[in-house]
Amino acid sequence: MPDAAFDPRAVPGADAHAAALHSPALKHHFDDLGQQKEAATLGMWLFLATEVLFFGGLFAAYLLYRVWYPDVFGEASRSLDITLGSVNTLVLIGSSLTMALAVHAAATGQRRTLMIFIALTMLLGAVFLGIKGVEYYDKIVHHHVPGPSFHFEGPTPERAQLFFSLYFAMTGLHAFHMVIGLGLMTVILLMAWRGRFSATWYTPVEMSGLYWHFVDIIWIFLFPLLYLVDRHS
Amino acid sequence: MSHVIPRRIYYVIFAVLVVLTLVTTEVAFFDFGLMNPVIALTIAVVKATVVVLYFMHMRYSSRLTMVIGAAGIFWLGILLALTMSDYLARGAGTY
Repeated sequence: MPDAAFDPRAVPGADAHAAALHSPALKHHFDDLGQQKEAATLGMWLFLATEVLFFGGLFAAYLLYRVWYPDVFGEASRSLDITLGSVNTLVLIGSSLTMALAVHAAATGQRRTLMIFIALTMLLGAVFLGIKGVEYYDKIVHHHVPGPSFHFEGPTPERAQLFFSLYFAMTGLHAFHMVIGLGLMTVILLMAWRGRFSATWYTPVEMSGLYWHFVDIIWIFLFPLLYLVDRHS
Repeated sequence: MSHVIPRRIYYVIFAVLVVLTLVTTEVAFFDFGLMNPVIALTIAVVKATVVVLYFMHMRYSSRLTMVIGAAGIFWLGILLALTMSDYLARGAGTY
């Protein structure tokens, strides 16, 4: 968006400069679109680095309790549905592919293809959340939700409750990020529909894509940690 | 600055991720003792790495962006290593 208060032609001697570099997407405090995009990319990665630490606290808690209580964590882990977990992993990987193809479509100025791939990404994201909902419902039915009605066979149900607390905190925070991702994709879809993007400027598509892939990566680690590590015994 | 990489690469990466997901799920049913978590997490790290490098275009990004990405992982390492070294040095179950 051009800044309405800034007219480069009002600056003495700026005419040539403005004529050479003017693009409606270029903000006046950047030299050119390349520098502007570089700044956006850097800022997005900086945000994602803070997100790594945000999730990192939960990963540290999980790691610690799993090392302390390996037996009951293994048993609780085996109560999760590995089929739903792996199908959801494939669904998210599929959504990362459609997201990457959406960014590719934006970069090559294909508006319709961009909109189709964003819609597909949203659909796969919704499928993921639906399957997650089925799993959560199963936990409620089996009284595996931490709280007064929690029930788990074994000598130390309170330690199993720790596992399920971490399970809900980690998958819940991840699902919350997915919901935010779906919100971002709705905005991108609307902007694409209104023809806001071009092959020279599609930064929001690419930044939302970075966010979407990051959320995929979180699941890539949640899946083995929660579903897989104690499956064999 | 703008790098448009061929779509074929995305399909290849997608295939790699699907194969690794199936492998890690299948391997989890076999007992390798202490190696089970090592195998599962190694596959997860490989999957995350190809997502970062290709889907997230890190391979084609500026050095400064790479430093930020590496710093995120480095700080996560500090968080996990120092937390675990402290708690484990106190003995199991001791707060």
